[in-house]
Order: sequence, then structure tokens, then C-alpha cells
Amino acid sequence: MEGNIAEMGQFIGAGLAAIGSGAAAIGVGHVAGNFLAGALRNPSAAAGQTATLFIGIAFAEALGIFSFLVALLLMFAV
Amino acid sequence: MANEEQNSDGLEFHPMDQFIVKPLFGEIGDPVHIYTVTNVTLWLAITVLAVIGLLVMTTTKRSVIPSRGQAVAEMAYGFVYKMVEDVTGKDGVKYFPYIMTLFVFILCANFLGLIPMAFTTTSHIAVTAVMGFGVFFAVTILGFLKNGSSFLSLFWVSSAPLALRPILAIIELISYFVRPVSHSIRLAGNMMAGHAVLKVFAGFAQVSGGMALLIVPVSILGVVAVYALEVLVSFIQAYVFTILTCVYLKDALHPHH
Repeated sequence: MEGNIAEMGQFIGAGLAAIGSGAAAIGVGHVAGNFLAGALRNPSAAAGQTATLFIGIAFAEALGIFSFLVALLLMFAV
Repeated sequence: MANEEQNSDGLEFHPMDQFIVKPLFGEIGDPVHIYTVTNVTLWLAITVLAVIGLLVMTTTKRSVIPSRGQAVAEMAYGFVYKMVEDVTGKDGVKYFPYIMTLFVFILCANFLGLIPMAFTTTSHIAVTAVMGFGVFFAVTILGFLKNGSSFLSLFWVSSAPLALRPILAIIELISYFVRPVSHSIRLAGNMMAGHAVLKVFAGFAQVSGGMALLIVPVSILGVVAVYALEVLVSFIQAYVFTILTCVYLKDALHPHH
């Protein structure tokens, strides 16, 4: 086990940043699940709200993408 | 990609190698200048040709009963037109050509990137940031041209209590300037992550060694499943990029909360 400690920190940090993807997954699941719950109550109104669904998913996902970016920066840029 | 030489004994496959920009002509190690023809420029050009093939070639000989190509082109047109009209309203339809261009270009780039051995141009932040910041600057300039200084009321949430408004203004300002970053990185990150996952699944077969008979079928099934997911993601990300452009455009045209 040799190697410099800074490199180990990069890998640990990138792994920790992956937690952010899981958090984003919770957010996306929340949006989609609530949309489905609402859509099953009133299916006739669901078709008009798919755009809102995708906007909500996109905003929830953006923060997960930031954590992915942090991981990439740690691996390749630092 | 800096420390790939050091840990080459650990991983025999390099899932990120597919995103390396290489010059098409000359030696492998040649520096990439701004005028160098690289695999990125080649695939961007192929994307443009694909868009022309889809939208121009199929609609030059129009007929009442559409051919297959014409039907696809009309469907894409109708899809984007309805999206722009629904999100931005009647006065946003003027900017439909720009949004249609973005949608078809990103869609073709994503789908062409899925061809084996192809280069996914949209997986590079340099490519998507040009589109993301283009949207950002266009929308900001348009907002000020249309509304003058009252465009700034976008940041002043008049429905909130007065004491909260300065704090909300700061948050709104930050979120406004983060828009182009998240807008472009969402597309690039999704494409890059998906293609890297494809390579990782393929790499399982490569490193399976003695257990190849057990692992290779699983690996192939995994690649097929992820590939199918990627086809879906390619479309959804193009859709999300364009619909967010529509939302930003709506903010610029009607900044009042």
C-alpha cells in the first residue's frame, strides 16, 4: 500500500460526491411519484402537466449533476 | 485522465477514453488547435448533415400523403411547436425557429453518439456550454429589450412579504446566474455518464478472466439494457434542454411574478 495521500483524498472525495447522485435520485423519485399519484386521481388533467413534470425532474436532477461534476473535477482536474 | 498511467495495472479498460478529443489527421500526440479538424468537428458536421437530411431533403418533395421521412419531420415540427406555444404563450412563437434548431440538433447529436464507435459531441461541456450560454445571453438581452429595466422585477418577488424580498432577490439572482451552468452540464453530464456506464459494463467482460463464461452474458445483457435506457435518455435530455429554454424565454417575456 504505497502512493501519495493526496491521490487517496481525491478518490475518497469523488466517492463521497457520489452520495449526491443518490440524493438527486430521491428528489427525482419524489417528483415522479407525486406526479403519478396526482395523475391517477385525475387522469384527464395529467396530459397537460407532463411538461411541468419534466421541468421538475430537470431541476431536481441539476443538483445531482453538480455532485457528479464535483467528482469529475476531483478525479481529473485537481 | 491525468493519472491513468499510474493505475493502469488496476483497470485494464478506460471508460473515459472515448471522450478524448483527437485530431483526425497527423500524429496521435499532436496539439489540438482551434483550427484543427478533430473527431468532435467531424461528428458535429455529420450531425448538421443528419439534420439537413431529416428536415430539408424529406420536405422538398412534399405530398398530401407524407412519406416516412416527411412524417417524421412534421411530427418533430408539431411536437416542438406545441411545446413552445404551451410554455411561452402566443408571443413566444416568434422564437420557435431557434428552439426547433436547438431541439433537432441536440436530438441528432445524441442519437448519432449512440452509434457504436461514434463520438458523442454533446458529452463535452465545451459543446453544450456554447448552446447553454447562447440561450442565457439571448434570453437576458431579449428580456431587457422587451421590458427595459422592469425585467429586474424577475428578481423582486412581489408576492412575498416585504421583509423577505431582499433575501429572495439574492437567491433569485444566484439561481439566475447558475442557469447556464446547470443547463449545459445537465446535458453533458447525462450523456457522458451514460456512455461511461456502457463502457464499464463492456469492461466487465474484458476483465472477467477465468469466469468469462459466467460474466460475459451478464455483461452483454447489461450493455443492451443500458443502451436501451440511453436511447430514452437521449430523447429526454433533448426535450428537457428545449423545454428549459422555453421556460427561460417565458421568464424573459413575462418577468412579473
